[in-house]
Amino acid sequence: MNKLQNFTKGIIKENPVLVLVLGTCPTLATSTNVMSALGMGAAATVVLLCSNIVISALRKIIPDKVRIPCFIVLIAGFVTMVQLLVKAFAPALDASLGIYLPLIVVNCIILGRAEMFAQKNKVIDSAIDGLGMGAGFTLALVAMATIREVFGNGTFLGMPIPVLSENHISILTMAPGGFFVFGLLIAVVNRFFKNKPRKKSFGCAACPQAEICGGSCSGEEVNND
Amino acid sequence: MTKLIIILLSAVFINNYVLSRFLGICPFLGVSKKLDSATGMSLAVIFVMMISTAVTYPIQMYLLIPNHLEYLQTIVFILVIAALVQLVEITLKRFIPSLHKSLGVYLPLITTNCAVLGVTILNIDEGYTFLEAMVNSLGSGLGFFLAMVMFSGVRSKLEGADIPKSFKGLPITLIAASITSLSFMGFGGVIENLFA
Repeated sequence: MNKLQNFTKGIIKENPVLVLVLGTCPTLATSTNVMSALGMGAAATVVLLCSNIVISALRKIIPDKVRIPCFIVLIAGFVTMVQLLVKAFAPALDASLGIYLPLIVVNCIILGRAEMFAQKNKVIDSAIDGLGMGAGFTLALVAMATIREVFGNGTFLGMPIPVLSENHISILTMAPGGFFVFGLLIAVVNRFFKNKPRKKSFGCAACPQAEICGGSCSGEEVNND
Repeated sequence: MTKLIIILLSAVFINNYVLSRFLGICPFLGVSKKLDSATGMSLAVIFVMMISTAVTYPIQMYLLIPNHLEYLQTIVFILVIAALVQLVEITLKRFIPSLHKSLGVYLPLITTNCAVLGVTILNIDEGYTFLEAMVNSLGSGLGFFLAMVMFSGVRSKLEGADIPKSFKGLPITLIAASITSLSFMGFGGVIENLFA
């Protein structure tokens, strides 16, 4: 796999949100407007990039048995750094992301990439993988946020859009709208990328804890197409 | 007392963790297919939420704040939760094997469940007292339980339904979740008015 493919797979073929269906919580929660979606995407990308680089660099040192706790501590460290930076330089973003900023720690995308990619690959490849996955996450978030902000609030990045701002569907910016738009987006991806099998869809293949649970959580069966 | 009841009921119905705060979506979508696994998972979540609040709240109040280490909150909380889950699992295995059998498989999955870390951080952010924090954790866990059980019912109906091909699997599940969440919006304002 060359470097370019390694980068683009995160954006299209293995998009973490729309194809692997990881990190659903921040996707649903922070996609109410484009600005916070961009902020969330950027914060997660930084954490993903840093954790992938460090985990890949330490992959021969970290003992296999305690790797998950090690990964979690490393990721939590980077999340804290990002949290402090956002608090200091972008307080408005901190207010709009709120609880979801510290919760990047438990974002399955980051632990999943550490487990599936960074611990088996070289530093540069892992960095590219992190960037690609981060870009894919940000793109999916922004796509969802655009739909929800334009139709739900009648604005784009805060600027009002002529007709829509008087006739907005406010339910789209609320919780049910989040689930609805996400469902529609995945259906669209299913429709147009149907030939590409979704082997690693929602389920144990993508779950960092599959080894512990051994498929007993029955998440494996969610995708029945 | 009234305040405790309001906290409990709003955590269950209005600020439902899954349906209005979007925390714990992964187990909500992954484990809600069968009623018994949904029940097992949610009981384990209630259990872990209560214990982790009971441990992280004193840590924040008596260890981190007096030493001005609030910025370590994220790292400390996730480590405490991870260690606690392991500890609970080992204890259950040794002393109550029957309970371990029914909850055991779900326990490791809870470590990276954002609802648990979410509830511990929110308890601090909201400025609750210890008792209020415990009640809020109980309510959040019960809300998770309610959403899981209701949704597993919805999903068992979906199984036999004739669905367009591209909607099969996850998309239709999300649309169903959207409608379930819509029904929970009806509770908005009810609790405050009940005790006004």
